Amino acid sequence: MDPYLLDGVDFGDVVLSVAKAILAFVICLVATMFMVWFERKVVSRLQNRIGPNTSGPFGILQTLMDGIKLFFKEDNIPKEADPFVFRLAPYLSLIPAFLTFTLIPLGGDFNNGNDGAVTVFGRETFLQVADPPVGILFFLAMSSLGIYGIMLAGWASGSKYPLLGSVRASAQAISYEAALGLSLAAVVLVTGGLSMNSIVMQQAGEGFGGIIPNFNIIVTGFIPFAVFLIAGTAELNRPPFDLVEAEQELVGGFHTEYSGIRFALFFLAEFMNTVTMAAIIVTLFFGGPAGPAFLGSTLGWLTGMFWFLLKLLVFLFAFVWFRASLPRFRYDQLMSLGWKLLIPLSLGWLLVLAGIRVARNGDLGIADSAFGDTLIVIGVAFAILLIGMYVLRSAMTNARRDRLIAAGFNPREVN
Amino acid sequence: MTAISDRRQLAYVASQAAEARVNLELETEGMTLNIGPQHPATHGTLRIVAQLDGEQVIQAEPIMGYMHRGYEKLTEVRTYPQVTTLVNRIDWLGSFANEVPFILACEQLMDIEAPPRAQHIRTILHEMARMAHVTLFLGDLGVQLGAITPVFYAFRDREHILNQIESATGGRFHPNFDRIGGVKDDLPAGWIAESKQAVRKIRDFCNTIEDLLFGNEIFQARTRGIGVIPADIGLSYGLSGANIRASGVDWDLRRDNPNGLAYDKVDWKVWTHPDGDSFARSWVRLQEVREACNIVEQLLDTLPKGPIMAKVPRIIKVPEGEAYVSTENPLGEMGYYVVSKGGLTPFRVKIRTASFNNMSITPWVLKGTYVPDVITILASLYFILGDIDR
Repeated sequence: MDPYLLDGVDFGDVVLSVAKAILAFVICLVATMFMVWFERKVVSRLQNRIGPNTSGPFGILQTLMDGIKLFFKEDNIPKEADPFVFRLAPYLSLIPAFLTFTLIPLGGDFNNGNDGAVTVFGRETFLQVADPPVGILFFLAMSSLGIYGIMLAGWASGSKYPLLGSVRASAQAISYEAALGLSLAAVVLVTGGLSMNSIVMQQAGEGFGGIIPNFNIIVTGFIPFAVFLIAGTAELNRPPFDLVEAEQELVGGFHTEYSGIRFALFFLAEFMNTVTMAAIIVTLFFGGPAGPAFLGSTLGWLTGMFWFLLKLLVFLFAFVWFRASLPRFRYDQLMSLGWKLLIPLSLGWLLVLAGIRVARNGDLGIADSAFGDTLIVIGVAFAILLIGMYVLRSAMTNARRDRLIAAGFNPREVN
Repeated sequence: MTAISDRRQLAYVASQAAEARVNLELETEGMTLNIGPQHPATHGTLRIVAQLDGEQVIQAEPIMGYMHRGYEKLTEVRTYPQVTTLVNRIDWLGSFANEVPFILACEQLMDIEAPPRAQHIRTILHEMARMAHVTLFLGDLGVQLGAITPVFYAFRDREHILNQIESATGGRFHPNFDRIGGVKDDLPAGWIAESKQAVRKIRDFCNTIEDLLFGNEIFQARTRGIGVIPADIGLSYGLSGANIRASGVDWDLRRDNPNGLAYDKVDWKVWTHPDGDSFARSWVRLQEVREACNIVEQLLDTLPKGPIMAKVPRIIKVPEGEAYVSTENPLGEMGYYVVSKGGLTPFRVKIRTASFNNMSITPWVLKGTYVPDVITILASLYFILGDIDR
């Protein structure tokens, strides 16, 4: 909980909450606009183009111009569409994107055991709109809700390409939500708390040897981060997982029939989700506003914001980079990547992490020392991994043979 | 050959399994999806009517003719030298290559042979057309798979070749440079050195694309084993060019029938691939661009001196007779069947374009594939709509 809310709520607290909400709203919108420009500019440079360069310095006002244009465009609802759901869908997509942003700690001083609270108008507060105790679960809830917008948009359009897009969206969401949740569980396991603030605080301390920061990417052993990054990209429907709106296959995917401001809302939601997801990754795995400990807090509470924005920019660039360099997966390949690789990997890693934690606390008591216990856990995990791989491979071979026999072929001949 | 027939069996298994599933499961109503004529992936106005079960194609039928321009008929009211202007527009990316077989057919009827220098220049421009053409294919392949970057590199590097074509012929896209008995002009000063530079750029591009696209695991997953065309099936549908060479058929008109072109004077190689899938087709095309670079570099070095025109009457009348001449164009075999009654204009011209036949296999090859693969297979079969509909 935010410190200023602990001792009852007076009028000033309400004003502060509203001010924070408005400020976050503005920051989110500006960041989204920046992201649209940034993506277009960076992808242009990567593709040997110039990109937007006319409106404003370096074309930075291009997003605004596009927004104005889209706002004045005709708003067309197809005859076959379900008008209510058709109108509802863009908001279903946009609002969760906004709501997730409220969770992100944007700054604050986390050094030397501080909890990141700053004093504004005599009240101590975190630099995030809300810090609910369920924090991270709220993010999961909102990101699944956002898929409804896409799904319903495709369904309500009454057209075939959007329908295919929405079918893909639902399948993609189901399979990647699981991997996302499981990789999050590793972070929660290490942190011991769900609130974003506690996750950042836990990462603020000095880590191994006092040089490497105590970021979760190291503490959880990289794999949850990798899974989260892949699953997060899939959750965002960004390349290489942009099957939902695959331009070459489904024309525009779920937003084929949308025009004008409704299309702009989808567009905005997509980029807002990108910014939010990058922020979530930074918070969960890279300490959010907590910088590398050795630098201290030279800039006061701005230090946190500086670190946060720097890390955010890295991930925004990474997302643009993916888009510029990777071809798109096929639907079934996406599914098999999700179900056959990411989910087993993150689930297994979570169990290993849990086992190692128990062993390091000395609660296992198999070997003489905690270190011996840890070694046993790792060894057992490795053995299970090998057995699991063997079982999976033989299961796949058998399934393939059965399919071939069912189709009337001798599996020895068809290789 | 055994490997290929195995693959064919696999393709059969897939298509039959698809059918069996459709029949047994749930009996849901299928969906008819019109891919085209205005669809981002059909780059042109091709229309494919696909019956879908979920995302799987049960049946696909290409419908063409949205861009029919009647060139065969139009040639009958043009004099022979005027025809090249028309046929330039058939396969608009490799325009010069369209002119060559027609001119060769006329030369065959008139019993003229172009002087060696003209033959060299023809071959160089023919291969440059291939480079410009297939370079764009390699970029476009990425786009169809969702990677937009390669196509911009392709546009950038194709420009070097187009500049060379322009400086030699005066036209970037529609050179209209080939003449009965030779070529229109001699090469401009300094062209050979510049062309070598341009060829080097294309080589670099090939390396870039190989790193960027062909080595990518997603790309391989999307193209390997997808759209497998066995050699016998491909031949029975009349596939030609890289599409059939990717199925392991070693057949290239440049080597097998170099009439009136200088291919037999250089040392080069015909690339084939045993797999016959989308990856093989793309890979063979990539190698062919490299081979075209080889051919052009050698021809530039050995360009003979001499006239660029044979002795041709001022007013061209082709003697009575008929001839069919085909060359290996960027898209495959392109041939002109010219019937002359001895007048100023052809009596009848039948144009055999590669894309038309290459497209005819789509109902067979698209059966049982997924919607995204439809796009990949179409991209790897590589058609130009003007070449289908002409």
